[in-house]
Amino acid sequence: MTSIAQSETAKSRKVLFYRHSVLVRITHWLNVLCLSFLLMSGLQIFNAHPALYWGQYGADARPDPSFISIGAVEDGDTIKGVTRIGSISLPTTGVLGASIVDGELAPRAFPSWITIPSYQDLATGRRWHFFFAWFFVINGFVYLLYGLLAGHFRRDLAPTRTELTPGHLAHEVAEHARLRFPKGEAARHYNALQKLAYVGVIFVLLPLMVLTGLTMSPGFNAIFPWLLDLFGGRQSARTFHFITASLLVAFVIVHIVMVLVSGVWNNLRSMITGYYALRVEPEKEKST
Amino acid sequence: MSIDLTRRRFLIGSSVAATGLLTGCDALVQSTTVNDILQRAESLTMGAQRLLMGHQPLAREFSEADLSPVFKPNGTSEPGSEEYAQLRETNFADWKLVVNGMVQRPLELSLADLKAMPSRTQITRHDCVEGWSAIGKWTGVPLGLILEKAGLAPGARYAVFYCADELEQTLDGSGKYYESIDLVDAWHPQTILAYAMNGKELEVAHGAPLRLRVERQLGYKHAKYVMRIELTDSFRGIWGGKGGFWEDRGYEWYAGI
Repeated sequence: MTSIAQSETAKSRKVLFYRHSVLVRITHWLNVLCLSFLLMSGLQIFNAHPALYWGQYGADARPDPSFISIGAVEDGDTIKGVTRIGSISLPTTGVLGASIVDGELAPRAFPSWITIPSYQDLATGRRWHFFFAWFFVINGFVYLLYGLLAGHFRRDLAPTRTELTPGHLAHEVAEHARLRFPKGEAARHYNALQKLAYVGVIFVLLPLMVLTGLTMSPGFNAIFPWLLDLFGGRQSARTFHFITASLLVAFVIVHIVMVLVSGVWNNLRSMITGYYALRVEPEKEKST
Repeated sequence: MSIDLTRRRFLIGSSVAATGLLTGCDALVQSTTVNDILQRAESLTMGAQRLLMGHQPLAREFSEADLSPVFKPNGTSEPGSEEYAQLRETNFADWKLVVNGMVQRPLELSLADLKAMPSRTQITRHDCVEGWSAIGKWTGVPLGLILEKAGLAPGARYAVFYCADELEQTLDGSGKYYESIDLVDAWHPQTILAYAMNGKELEVAHGAPLRLRVERQLGYKHAKYVMRIELTDSFRGIWGGKGGFWEDRGYEWYAGI
């Protein structure tokens, strides 16, 4: 505690250090653009058939074989939105299943404010989705290539052995829960939780989005049929695509909250100009 | 406290931005320039898939145990024309498949002629552009055999399928269903003209007497109620000029994705 107090006295000095290379910054913001459009056009596509299944096939039938469905049911002279996951049905009127379109409650899986276009138009949704899917994949390859060749992954993202010990992780979780973040020299590097989250997104969730997406393509199924076996069928792949997208949304929410609570302007500046500010005590400052 | 203030500002800012973005997005969606740019991804997709499909791989075939218990008919489930009703009355005995256009020998084939030709049976997955899938068993004549019989004229690049159903009622007939595929798909061994489904005569709801199966593409390419196949070098002059009913309404011509 005393060291933190000390570092915040007038004696400490603010130093800017170069945290994000230009390539990381550009690919980061292009990724924001791509994932936003992919999510919104993806929900437009989902709305065309708002049900998810496990297995090779899946379609409307009785009994309903879907694992998740978002729909509207009649309720007197109005409708209500119902989201069903397995055997659990949740009332979601206003957001999922039924929401306001042109001032009136209408059957719609995801509401108009989160889809591209805002109105129902599968063809346009697909056009946007596939354009930004290409954009996203190319951007991702550029980033991966850079990360490998320039040592970004090894230097910035790979957790060290000590960082992965249960004791250290428990300590970081406790610190995060109190919204206490590394300061001074320790803030020069990502903490272990950050590293794990970024590694999980970059090497697990985003590749899963691409692979499950490709598994839905009948053309690609002929080219790489093993993808069907990997995910257990086209309809399973579609369900995994949706679940992985939801996990990415959850990551983005936590990511934004963390950016906000750990110094929003400093974080934003570092992802725009590259420079991140640290408070360094004069005696500990490295001579450069 | 400063965090709270920033967060509140951020939330107000983002909701304003979201409203702006929403109308902004619809404006972008309707811009022809934006659409032209976005549409380029289709040739990229087709180019990439065709590059990887050089060896003409087959679509996955399934076993009887994998058949969907219910195979939902989609699009037209019964063509409304009087002509079709008459054909149906005699169980398509008077129906003939016309093959013409850029061919050396125009053909007229009855259902019996088609059934006398070598057939192929395949259990495949049908994927609707909406997102659902169903597995069915299809029996029919490989399109390649019919093309061999007719003999392609030099310059022929596409097979256009004209159908009996009118999916959209229009005065000029532009709502009639049609589809087109190129010769890469036309010669593919799994591209068949099916007259039977799940071991029975093809039902009206599924496209009787004859429907196209083009297994590596989405459902809307699988034209039902096929009346005529025209070989052509371009589909620019046909209806909307995009090569199909749904293509004229904004969907991709290459539906391998």
